[in-house]
Amino acid sequence: MNDLTSLTIAEARNRLKRREITAVELIDAYLEEIGKGNAKINAYITVTKDQARSMAAKSDVLLARGEGRLLEGIPLGIKDLFATYNVHTQACSRILDGFKPRYESTVTANLWAEGAVMLGKLNMDEFAMGSSNETSFYGPVVNPWRRKNSAAALVPGGSSGGSAAAVAGHLCAGATATDTGGSIRQPAAFTGTVGMKPTYGRCSRWGIIAFASSLDQAGPIARDVCDCAILLKSMASFDVKDSTSVDLPVPNYEDALGKPIKGMKIGIPKEYQIDGMPKEICQLWDRGKECLKEAGARIIDISLPHTKYALAAYYIIASAEASSNLARYDGVRYGLRIPGRDMIEMYENTRSAGFGHEVKRRILIGTYVLSSGYYSAYYLKAQKVRMLIKRDFDQVFKQDIDAVLTPATPSVAFEIGDKKLMQDPIAMYLNDIFTVSVNMAGLPGLAIPAGLSTEGLPLGLQLIGRPFGEETLFQLGYVMEKACGTFSPKKWW
Amino acid sequence: MSVDLMTVKHIAHLARIALNEKEAQYMSEELSAMMGLLEQLDEIDIENVVEPMTSVTSMRLRMREDVITDGNNAEDVIANAPVKEENFFLVPKIIE
Repeated sequence: MNDLTSLTIAEARNRLKRREITAVELIDAYLEEIGKGNAKINAYITVTKDQARSMAAKSDVLLARGEGRLLEGIPLGIKDLFATYNVHTQACSRILDGFKPRYESTVTANLWAEGAVMLGKLNMDEFAMGSSNETSFYGPVVNPWRRKNSAAALVPGGSSGGSAAAVAGHLCAGATATDTGGSIRQPAAFTGTVGMKPTYGRCSRWGIIAFASSLDQAGPIARDVCDCAILLKSMASFDVKDSTSVDLPVPNYEDALGKPIKGMKIGIPKEYQIDGMPKEICQLWDRGKECLKEAGARIIDISLPHTKYALAAYYIIASAEASSNLARYDGVRYGLRIPGRDMIEMYENTRSAGFGHEVKRRILIGTYVLSSGYYSAYYLKAQKVRMLIKRDFDQVFKQDIDAVLTPATPSVAFEIGDKKLMQDPIAMYLNDIFTVSVNMAGLPGLAIPAGLSTEGLPLGLQLIGRPFGEETLFQLGYVMEKACGTFSPKKWW
Repeated sequence: MSVDLMTVKHIAHLARIALNEKEAQYMSEELSAMMGLLEQLDEIDIENVVEPMTSVTSMRLRMREDVITDGNNAEDVIANAPVKEENFFLVPKIIE
């Protein structure tokens, strides 16, 4: 971290505008940090140095004329799931070997249209399937956070592990991420960063490599609530190219920051109090309630009775959609091809070599639950349960609850190569136990750091909002951040 | 419910993923464990309770004019093909 990379997006924006710094200086400061730190953290899989410098030079021209746009000259990292024109886009999978799209995702196009600068593409779990970033074809990402007096390498969470680690380690000012079952919020919680999964339909999915289309949603990871609000403003849009994009104006989320929360009703779901939850997480949750209460909010006990079934229903729906979405990777039109005696064998060889184990397992689960004779026992039932989960939230919001407060994860960051988690996929899937319901119900969720564990690792809380209630979440998150502070790892890289 | 080796091989073929014996055995164990989790849903009686979800937001898919909005970019379309010839994707012979 140097003077320039320690600036938040809001601070950098102001200093760029006042011409106290130039966009090229800012980009070079980040490129230097990436050059020094990335070999150890492995957050970037591609650094677009020349492109970044030329984008920054253009920003400087506009800034000098006083024509800077919302994100003029702000250096961002982009998750490898977003299609970026003629730049490495592989969802960190071997099956997209060499893929360089001839198109740009809507979310990244929106960011460039506001003057943001791309530093490079960020590591992630293969096809966004994972909670530790260990399923990437490009190897695991190392969390910039370490336990006190320990050099053990910890995971940054997943699937947006590269995004979260790059933000926490000041290798970018902010990053794009995506969330299908917790992939923005869980890594944000593991790295002491702020992550927003917006309402389904708020950000266009066009040009984002699909995992589970009814659950996928893009959002930002940033160092504080204000930066997160600034980024979402530019990422979100109505897009005719995504049939599920919602035609609603995008608010200026920053305006919500600092507004009083007096009288707001915060729901505390009893079902999130799970057996065996570490004491530290219970205490953190209590501290979160206290700080909202002190700011004048009312804390109300609520019930979300179908929470228990969310994970099972999620794995049926997400795997079913993944098996369908990933059918397109066949070695014909793009990416890897492994020859075979005939067409079928070529498909089978290509997919066998191109997909990693976790992706194969999910495709097989999805194929199984959709296969003849099993469809109604699994998929149809899961979609009914999904309706019940959504109704639980509808009921709560009918009681005038403004937001729901829960822990973001059931644990702190664990070690890379944790044997128990490697051997037991279900134990790994439990990482998402507090986050999947939000995707199932299409709601916005904000993960916000609220404290450190006794071992010195960040712990996060989650605020869940009404559909398109992102402003309320930023408003509440800002209050919590003022009370709890922001968290940065001690530099060792 | 366990997912036996035969079933694993069958769905792997449906999914067009080649698995060797060892992988198939491993998948059989993992999928069986996974089914244990999925069967939690059997606890809920939902047969007559609700409609399955079809859209998480109460929206209808938008209609648009039935006109050509894209095209004439064959070069872009085949730019990433692993094997190509002129503007065509090349694949192994399908018809004898």
